[in-house]
Amino acid sequence: MADISSNFLGIKSPNPFWLASAPPTDKKINVLRAYEAGWGGVVWKTLGSQVKNVSSRYSSVDYHGSRVMGFNNIELISDRPLDINLKEITEVVKLFPDRAMIVSLMADSTREAWHELIKKCEDAGAMGFELNFGCPHGMTERGLGAAVGQDPEIAKMVVEWVMEKATIPVITKLTPNVHSVVPTGKACVEAGTNALSLINTIQSVTGVDLDTLVPNPYVAGKSVFGGYCGPAVKPIALKFLTTIAQNNITKKVPISGIGGISTWRDAVEFMLLGSSTVQVCTAAMKHGFRIVEDMCEGLNNWMDEKGFKTLNDFIGKSVNNITHWEDLDINYHHVANINEDKCIHCGLCYITCEDTSHQAINLSYGDPYNTYTIKEQDCVGCNLCKLVCPVDNCITMVEKRVAPEYINWKMWQEQGLPLNDH
Amino acid sequence: MIKNNRLTAEQYQHNFSDIKPPFETQDAALVEANRCLFCYDAPCTKACPTSIDVPKFIKQITTYNVKGSAHTIFQSNIMGAGCSKVCPVEKLCEGACVYNLMEEPPIPIAKLQRYSTEKAIDNNWQYFERKKSNGKKVAIIGAGPAGLSCAHVLSREGVDVTIYEKENKGGGLMTYGIAAYKVTPQFCEDEVNYILEIGGIEIKYNQELGKNISLEELQKNYDAVYLAFGVGLANKLNIPGEDLEGVEDAITFIYNLRSKTYKDINVGDKVAVIGMGMTAIDAATQAKRLGSKEVTMVYRRTEAEKSCTQHELDIARLDGCATLWLAAPKEIIGENGKVKALVCDVMKLGQPDAKGKPTPTPTGETVTLNVDMVIKATGQNPFTVLVSGYGIDNAKGKININQSATNVSKVFAGGDCVNGGKEVVDAVQAGKDGANAILKFMMNVK
Repeated sequence: MADISSNFLGIKSPNPFWLASAPPTDKKINVLRAYEAGWGGVVWKTLGSQVKNVSSRYSSVDYHGSRVMGFNNIELISDRPLDINLKEITEVVKLFPDRAMIVSLMADSTREAWHELIKKCEDAGAMGFELNFGCPHGMTERGLGAAVGQDPEIAKMVVEWVMEKATIPVITKLTPNVHSVVPTGKACVEAGTNALSLINTIQSVTGVDLDTLVPNPYVAGKSVFGGYCGPAVKPIALKFLTTIAQNNITKKVPISGIGGISTWRDAVEFMLLGSSTVQVCTAAMKHGFRIVEDMCEGLNNWMDEKGFKTLNDFIGKSVNNITHWEDLDINYHHVANINEDKCIHCGLCYITCEDTSHQAINLSYGDPYNTYTIKEQDCVGCNLCKLVCPVDNCITMVEKRVAPEYINWKMWQEQGLPLNDH
Repeated sequence: MIKNNRLTAEQYQHNFSDIKPPFETQDAALVEANRCLFCYDAPCTKACPTSIDVPKFIKQITTYNVKGSAHTIFQSNIMGAGCSKVCPVEKLCEGACVYNLMEEPPIPIAKLQRYSTEKAIDNNWQYFERKKSNGKKVAIIGAGPAGLSCAHVLSREGVDVTIYEKENKGGGLMTYGIAAYKVTPQFCEDEVNYILEIGGIEIKYNQELGKNISLEELQKNYDAVYLAFGVGLANKLNIPGEDLEGVEDAITFIYNLRSKTYKDINVGDKVAVIGMGMTAIDAATQAKRLGSKEVTMVYRRTEAEKSCTQHELDIARLDGCATLWLAAPKEIIGENGKVKALVCDVMKLGQPDAKGKPTPTPTGETVTLNVDMVIKATGQNPFTVLVSGYGIDNAKGKININQSATNVSKVFAGGDCVNGGKEVVDAVQAGKDGANAILKFMMNVK
């Protein structure tokens, strides 16, 4: 059995799966249930000044019969009194001292307010902080949340205030509602943050009700932009994560990855791209806390299969496999191959290639089943047919290098090699 | 003993309720609709005699465009609602579904088709507008699937259509010849009314060709005539005892089931059904459902040669019907003029016949079934005398056509009277083909 325990800046947890700062970590009862289910830690829902939430807070995007492919919320930071939150944090830490207890913070924009909040939370038993510079709705209008994270200068200033006071590890959570997360990430690292986490939610409108004509979620005839998360945002999160894991300054600090993680497989992908721990919210909100059982077992089995003994054996291992387009090997070529024994003759490969790609699949009519074959000379190896094929491994891409040697676009131009003529 | 009124009202209701219930909710329909892969040049569509664009109508269910979904179905098959209930889909669309090749259950195409089309009929969503009358008139014999389908296409093009129907209801075999647990008489009536809603189609009921009307008259008064009168006469067994009380043909038995109340239908304690086609199944299962204690299906070949589908045979077996293979009726024995027993030759399979089915020959042994009712379901004969009497080219009564046209001037034909008896969906396609041939013909005759 592999060791899946995590040590994040000295904050230990039995596994790398934390619940993200969100409704599931708002109260003692939820967090106790999470710990009983086996979660490694929580980031307690953001504490700050007292706010009031509206009713009707979530909406979602369903896709092809699957519910909550994307999820959006317009909930603010914790609307419960600070004292109650602090009291409950103390009680939870006492009951589960082996789990990570990170507290998310969003104080008013003064040094004093931050210092006061930090002191109170440390006294309550917090093991680390996560600075909420990412919340895209409600708080930004008050000059908080994403309003801080979108401006590296302001972010840097706030992190400096925090570092003056905090005696426990500080994670800064980045907003994806920017062109690049790197400038703010760099500013925060330079200001002394001990770690980064990303991504927070993405500003969104999940849809419009075609009867009422009011977008979702509906609040008395109106709606607002919400924060988008769930499986739909995972690819975007992985991209932002990679930029932080590759940057020379930001890569110096550990990262807690967030964004659409629903399974152990998602978690491993985040870790391969540089996350030391991962945070989950939407999947738990869809299925309940019990999903962590398979996350732990799946991760363990995968590590055993691959021969990884500890998390550090594979964290970040894929970061350098994402390169610049200019460095890709132009002599690499592969073509599709259809396994006739597996083919169910649905024709999806054919019609997508014919309509939208390179007309590289041959159709031979049959009754009722047509036969499809690849025209290798016309196949550019785009992968589309393989992606749409409903049968696993029916279409495979077979490597057929143009030439054995590596050549990139720059070299290609320098050597004056020919471009496409059709 | 043959008698009626064997069951309580609740039992009849239960026994004749819908054998394939519809989707109860939109969610349920969506689960299945979303499984559809949206195949290109889809095998299901190719396997449908009317070429319904199945992937398209299923996709439309998933986009909540149920109205468009039913439109897609009706564009190809105006009786798409009825077909969704009576088609042997296991050998048509669902049998061709690519999921079968993955050893996965096929998409329940019929059930989804029913989902959309029933909504269309219930809400009377009408999709087709009749063109302004062009003065052309066509007479159609028979308001069954072929006749109605032909009439609908013609009316869309502005033709005035008159249908002569010998029964007092439309729908043909859909109304009179199909097991009640597949379609209710009410549904058949609703479907006919839905089709007629387009206008320009008048049905004259209780009008039989050769009895109340003559072909010459129609040829004179109309620009074209479409014959779609189906097949009718049950094959005789030609064995001793066939005239005994308690011997009935399946067509009549099912006809009575469709036109009377269940409690008024006579059925024996012990019933033998001769034949193993779809009609035989419908007769056997319904005899059981009317309260017969024992029903045995008798077939002169083996299970491998049966002409019903496996799915249908399974229905009969689940109803508790027994099967007797390799048995050919030899004699019906009576007592006081009533059926007492059925004696069958025990057969063995010999050389394949012209159709490739092995020919059964008697072994010399016999087997006797003690029954008080015999239902004959050994096929139907075309109206040979009628057809020949009008000088229409035919093969043993089945009308010969060339692109829907008969050898007689202005007279076209399609459906069971041409093919000898196929599925409803085949008749619908024949009606479309007939209408198109008639339109072409009328356009050329100025």
